[in-house]
Amino acid sequence: MCGIAGVIHRGGTADIGLEMTSMLQSLKHRGPDSTGFAIYGKPNLDEYIMRFKVAEQEDLESGFEIHREIRDRKAVVDARMAEKGAELIDEQLATEYAFRYRFSFDGDVENLVRYIEDVEGAEILSLGHALELIKDLGDASTVSDQYGLRGFEGTHSIGHTRMATESDVDIRSAHPYWAYPYNDISVVHNGQITNYWIMRRQMERKGHRFMSSCDSELLAVYTADKMNDGYQLEDSLKQSIEEIDGVFTYLVATADKLGMAKDTMAAKPMVLYESDDIVALASEEVAIRAIVPHEIDTYDPYDEEVRVWQA
Amino acid sequence: MAGVTGGETVSQEMGMHTEQLRGRTQQVFFRPEEEERFVYPDAFDVDFNKRAEFDAGEMDPNAVNLKIRELMRDGHGTIVVKNPGAQHSLGVGILNRLNLIFEGSLGYFGCGLLDGPNVRVHGRVGWSCAENMMAGTLVVDKNAGSTFGAAIRGGDLVCRGSVGSRTGIDQKGGTIIVGGDTGAFSGFMMQRGRMVVCGNAGKNLGDSMYDGTIYVGGTIRDLGVDAVPGELTDLDRHWLTRKLTQYDLLPDKGVDHFQKIVAGKQLWNYDNLEPTEKKLVL
Repeated sequence: MCGIAGVIHRGGTADIGLEMTSMLQSLKHRGPDSTGFAIYGKPNLDEYIMRFKVAEQEDLESGFEIHREIRDRKAVVDARMAEKGAELIDEQLATEYAFRYRFSFDGDVENLVRYIEDVEGAEILSLGHALELIKDLGDASTVSDQYGLRGFEGTHSIGHTRMATESDVDIRSAHPYWAYPYNDISVVHNGQITNYWIMRRQMERKGHRFMSSCDSELLAVYTADKMNDGYQLEDSLKQSIEEIDGVFTYLVATADKLGMAKDTMAAKPMVLYESDDIVALASEEVAIRAIVPHEIDTYDPYDEEVRVWQA
Repeated sequence: MAGVTGGETVSQEMGMHTEQLRGRTQQVFFRPEEEERFVYPDAFDVDFNKRAEFDAGEMDPNAVNLKIRELMRDGHGTIVVKNPGAQHSLGVGILNRLNLIFEGSLGYFGCGLLDGPNVRVHGRVGWSCAENMMAGTLVVDKNAGSTFGAAIRGGDLVCRGSVGSRTGIDQKGGTIIVGGDTGAFSGFMMQRGRMVVCGNAGKNLGDSMYDGTIYVGGTIRDLGVDAVPGELTDLDRHWLTRKLTQYDLLPDKGVDHFQKIVAGKQLWNYDNLEPTEKKLVL
């Protein structure tokens, strides 16, 4: 089933870590397996923010050596970043196996990403100037507490509660997804993509990497590919409805925008609330009411509807 | 009383009830000796003048529904629920007369399986509102989500705003009225009853409908398989005017502009043709 949510503040910032935690916690019944957040602070073009992990949560329970291996893997990542010329500004430990780095770098980002992800167990969860992507097993409150998300000041955010149907219950299969080479893109999705393998092979032939077997990752790669080709976000969303088969509703965030697209069958839910200050949308209104508690006017976007909002 | 004495003829002229019903259905007309079958075991005898209200703001859906049941058991015939907070599955399974008023919005599956009450929602409703409704009225002041009135069998279901997709999917009777627009696949596999859309209708309207009638006041993006235009008769105009007036939704310009959509009855289930032969016919 899965639950998705998004919120964007028009011309201002708010505690979006808290807001998205509240929205996703109220959607817990739609997906208890894992929870993911993509939250956007004010972009700083002089530095990158990278979230990455070097193990899965369940790896911690499978062997006496895993703690040493995690330290070793992180050391290799550090060495490879230094080798490529990345200068570390700040380093934070989110969990034993997940980290947040701020660094400056003016080389080939795609090359750096490939070099880091070549380390055993390493996966970059997000990389960009504004995006921070956090996902782990458990409900929204658990993940938010684990990664200290409450109090995160930012402009917009999307999130996801996952009920695993077609792939494993692990961090790799959790949403949101991101994709390079276009920075700061994240995607959350509710639905099934039926031409996933055809589209994936097309993307792989163009050189894109897939880190999971989850069909939702395709949407992130697809969007990154389109925007790298010069598409505007709205055009990419419209094009996706033509090219991607299945039943789906998905949200895309970039450094300063939030967009949504709904498939031709309108088979997956989405409720939308717009005011002068804020736009909030979610699989169920109860999630919107978690941050806008008073009575509001909402509506369901129709089939093939595409919307984009600016922060 | 022409409408009563000539009821069967009137219905048929409007494109309704043209099939031969077999076996016991929800539309069986009860005989007096079957009186005990008029009342459900869980129905309550209430007094409309006995009024109660409570705040659902801190209650979960189960507690809200139990509270409504408790008040009905005590004979309250008018119940006001404040701050429903868009929670799911509120006001479901009410099988007796009741004035039920929600001062706010409902989430998914609100007011399902109704048989008798008059419900007013001063807010919005989520997906699958009034699913399987059998009798009574439900009026929603704002918008509604998808599958509004799925499989309803009777009663009047009204949304004064716009609704999502698949409105009245599998509708088996009753009346659905939409003050605004409706989304794609509305009236999908409709089997009986009437649907009125004052605004525009999305694509595939009435797809694979077996019977029943759809009226649309605005534009229709396109018709579904086997949904065909019908002729708007004086009886249709009279009925539309009466119904829309009843819910204060009658357009200033009247109802002459409404389009009528009915089943073409050319699908496979209407004859013995093989699927390949049917393709040739269609």
